[in-house]
Amino acid sequence: MALKERVERLTQTKAWYGELPVESLYTAGIAGERFFRTLKDNGEFSGTKCKCCGIVYVPGRIFCERCFAPLEEWLTVASYGTLESWTVVYVGLDGSRLAEPIIVGLIRLDGASTVLVHRLGEVTPDTLSIGMKFTAVLKPKTKREGAITDILYFKPV
Amino acid sequence: MGRRVAIVGVGMTKFVRRAQETGQELAYHAAKMALDSCGLHLGQVDGVVLGSAPDSFDGVHMKGEYLSPGAGAWGKPYMRCFVGGATGVFSVINGWYYVASGLFDTCLVVCEEKMSSFQPHAQAAFLTIFDHTTERPLKPNLLWIFALEMNRYMSTYGLRKEDIALVAVKNKNNALDHPCAQIADKVTVEEILKSEVLAWPVQRLDVSPVSDGATAVVLANETVARRVTDKPVWIEGVGWALDTAYWTNRDLCYPRYVEEAARMAYKMAGVTDPRHQIHVAEPYDPFDYKELHHMEGLLLCGKGEAPQLTVDGVTRRDGELPVCPSGGLLGVGNPISAAGLMKVAELFWQLRGEAGKRQIARKAKRGIAQAWGDLMQVGAVVVVGI
Amino acid sequence: MNKEKKIEFPGTGLSDADFKEGRVLTTRWKVDARYTWDAGVAIGRYLEGIKKGVILGVRCYKCGRTMVPPRIFCEWCFRNIDEWVELKDTGTVNTFSLCYVTWDVKRIKEPQIPAVIEIDGASPGMGIMHLLGEVDPQKVHIGMRVKAVWRPAGEREGAITDILYWKPLEK
Ligand SMILES: [Zn+2]
Ligand SMILES: [Zn+2]
Repeated sequence: MALKERVERLTQTKAWYGELPVESLYTAGIAGERFFRTLKDNGEFSGTKCKCCGIVYVPGRIFCERCFAPLEEWLTVASYGTLESWTVVYVGLDGSRLAEPIIVGLIRLDGASTVLVHRLGEVTPDTLSIGMKFTAVLKPKTKREGAITDILYFKPV
Repeated sequence: MGRRVAIVGVGMTKFVRRAQETGQELAYHAAKMALDSCGLHLGQVDGVVLGSAPDSFDGVHMKGEYLSPGAGAWGKPYMRCFVGGATGVFSVINGWYYVASGLFDTCLVVCEEKMSSFQPHAQAAFLTIFDHTTERPLKPNLLWIFALEMNRYMSTYGLRKEDIALVAVKNKNNALDHPCAQIADKVTVEEILKSEVLAWPVQRLDVSPVSDGATAVVLANETVARRVTDKPVWIEGVGWALDTAYWTNRDLCYPRYVEEAARMAYKMAGVTDPRHQIHVAEPYDPFDYKELHHMEGLLLCGKGEAPQLTVDGVTRRDGELPVCPSGGLLGVGNPISAAGLMKVAELFWQLRGEAGKRQIARKAKRGIAQAWGDLMQVGAVVVVGI
Repeated sequence: MNKEKKIEFPGTGLSDADFKEGRVLTTRWKVDARYTWDAGVAIGRYLEGIKKGVILGVRCYKCGRTMVPPRIFCEWCFRNIDEWVELKDTGTVNTFSLCYVTWDVKRIKEPQIPAVIEIDGASPGMGIMHLLGEVDPQKVHIGMRVKAVWRPAGEREGAITDILYWKPLEK
């Protein structure tokens, strides 16, 4: 039996409405600053390589989470890579139906050990398969602001 | 009581108003520094405890998971603990029982806070700690609770604001010698009494700041501790307790929950006469009166007597019972959980004689750290000794 | 002995200007977190009482406490409460503050006066948080006797704000 049915006097059920007034301002961080500056200024993807275990993190980080070693060696990886997984999203954040479904994919850029999550474009779901090659489509340089949205989407090569 | 547990390494970042580092990066710096300080590497850490205050400060939900790579938790047993402002000291208690129980030989304890993310001011995050139906419609302000408690404390014992302000003077001056301090200052009682009234009796300079920062400590069992250092700082007692969350039903004048936490820790540590057996104290000081409140709760003096000890200079670094030689939250800064853990780090340095210019004059073999939080009703206490 | 001096502590402090002049990259995000909080059984009944101009409390026969705000259990004895009782709409100021900043840290000229008010009819020390009004801020004192000022009956909505504020009981 639902809780509501057990309440004998309905006047007792009372709800209070409100919101959490939370607005956040995030810094990109030390590593993020370098990754997004490079993306903005050069249109390139930069990462850090751990000398201990060989992992190449993209976006770059200042430490290797596995070895706990500081990472100082920055390198540039390709702006294209392999589709590792994908999904088609039909509902928005509030649960409503989207007018146009969004395709989201995981891309492992050539030279990187880690994957990036981003939107896929210029492609239809029925033609997608894991292992396909995708390349980044960036905003024009003058419009870029040093954010993940400087990448518009990834398109098939 | 379980196996002996020692603190063998500590690390911390500077405490700043706004850090460029992300929370993960701050956590990494503190954790890495703590491990390096005792020559351990991550592979030698059996488990990781993370302490961090409300997610809304950093603006990252499930902050524990977000911070885990920087805390050194990759592939390890990892636990986040959270008791509001008391988190920093409670996290050590958390780590202690994993090692004391024999489950882990070593445990890395990391506390991080990035309060600057919250816009426009972290204070607004506290609106939702008040009861959503009976209190929040009155648009309460976190300062209310402190001001109400401080007023009750002052009125009960007939205390003067200038005596309470001496705590802020002492701590902000102590912090001048702390390399990580955010708001160290040669401030005077007059300046404090002239500072902006926020919520009388609380004035601007009675209050600790909003901060970003991280602190970490490494805990080890006796075998590991003896191997990695010749100066282990033993955790002799731990205690924690809380009072009702119906805060308006509580005795606002005396922190009974701190006393209960302290009694638990003293019993474990074999401390029967805290006033003489505790040589240095780092009680929680987000507001100047709270240091006094907490000294009383920790039984370091009688009820209402802490202000006089401060006036008499007993709590100065060259006094008989140095209190907050670090500079405390009032001087070093208040990245909530990291600030609580900073107090434990300070005792580590003080007892080992490594506190540099902050080194207290008297010989110290035992110290106490305490933090307080949740809806202002949790006490967490750690007694450490050499 | 002075090892501490040699330690380089990490951390990069930023200034307001670093943000304003865009020297560091940032992102901003506003969480859209809206809630419906249920008043619950005890507070639901409490609010019903308030709508009628009555402050309700609850009693536990075991410890003998009369509690307000009401709850369905005694947290000391950890058992159900035994009785609902009508309390007075008068009380005593347990403590108060004169607050010159709002919840979101905006400055105000005339202070708000939040107080913990021990309600007559409840056990000693049983207070609720509310605001004081119709009083010179400089004359408020601990121990002051106060009385609730209610919103007119027809305008009440069953909320804690149906009590507008508390004013001194006698001049
Ligand atoms: Zn590695
Ligand atoms: Zn009871």
